[in-house]
Amino acid sequence: MAKLNTNSNAYIIIYSAILVVVVAFLLAFVYQSLKPMQDRNVELDTQKQILYSLNIRDLDGQEAQAKFYQVVKETFPYEGRKYYKCDVDGKDIVVVELKGMGLWGGIGGFISIERPANTVYGAYFNHESETAGLGAEIKDSQAWQEKFIGKKVFKDGSKDVALSVVKKVEDPETQVDCVTGATLTSNGVNDMIKACLEYFPEEVKLVEE
Amino acid sequence: MALFSKQNKEVFTNPLNLDHPILGQVLGICSALAVTSQLKPAIVMGLAVTVITAFANVIISIIRNTIPNRIRIVVQLVVVAALVTIVSQILKAFAYDVSVQLSVYVGLIITNCILMGRLEAFAMQNKPWPSFLDGVGNGLGYAMILVIVGAVREFLGRGSLLGFKIIPDSVYDFGYVNNGMMTMPAMALILVGCVIWVHRAYFYKEK
Repeated sequence: MAKLNTNSNAYIIIYSAILVVVVAFLLAFVYQSLKPMQDRNVELDTQKQILYSLNIRDLDGQEAQAKFYQVVKETFPYEGRKYYKCDVDGKDIVVVELKGMGLWGGIGGFISIERPANTVYGAYFNHESETAGLGAEIKDSQAWQEKFIGKKVFKDGSKDVALSVVKKVEDPETQVDCVTGATLTSNGVNDMIKACLEYFPEEVKLVEE
Repeated sequence: MALFSKQNKEVFTNPLNLDHPILGQVLGICSALAVTSQLKPAIVMGLAVTVITAFANVIISIIRNTIPNRIRIVVQLVVVAALVTIVSQILKAFAYDVSVQLSVYVGLIITNCILMGRLEAFAMQNKPWPSFLDGVGNGLGYAMILVIVGAVREFLGRGSLLGFKIIPDSVYDFGYVNNGMMTMPAMALILVGCVIWVHRAYFYKEK
């Protein structure tokens, strides 16, 4: 084979074009063939988070999925978030998807509310990039999430969301102590709860008008 | 040349001791700090880097004579980026929890100095098989440090290893508290420093 001049412009352009096309096809192929599995993982992850918010924390894989379909009766999408009507041991519960902003990035989660008492049944929070050991505690600390259990979402007769995360708890009926050292992330959780619990679809309304 | 000649063995073992990518050359520190707060992501990250370094080395070594000198870094980057993307897609499909924990750091393997260093310094001049050994050796050297640091941090920071509780509850009853400092990246830097210190003091012999 004749020795190619690997430093000529033509060679460089053709070489890079071929390389890029080959790599592009390879990546597209990998992405397409793995996509269904990835989608399933993401879906399962969401279902597990919803189960966490219903205090069902010890299931994995197939079991979690089966339990999810057994518990969740109906889904109501609203403005990019979802409301889930659930039935756990005969209790009428609505799970609300939460989306908001933390200190460094997005935070999210699910909060389950028992009807008609309007008390919190359980909660689970997630985050993208909060500080490990501080803001990340909203996800890592099950003890903190369990502080929400039993809190009232509304004060009697009022339509304003009373459930809140505060530095100094004055009303233990509706207020949750914030995470120590993570005031800004806790404020984010507070704002997120206020914003996301403002509206409920007709089918899963909390307060009787 | 035999598969495991003396020369090839040195290619494989040097990065584990004398020419260690982290201890000797102090490369790839950034990701070593970020993913070592627990043992499991540290192991997965170590394996991912080993696989990617090995295969990137082989591919670059195979096409090394066709690569135009002026765009060789670009070509290396494209190969590495493609491999990293494939690995990250595979992790998302088969080990979703781990890929969530590793988050951006899998993608950042692309910029891992160990990779570029080995491609430029070794694979561009050597045949595929030695390049493969060199890649595996460097990857394992890197993984070794991640595992040591990850194990220490998870044990002292959370009292567990691979998620299993190691320190019994009775010790906590006596007033033992997990060291929250260990979960922060700064402690990884100090631990890596300690490992380098021990390595220099006891294993490293100046030539």
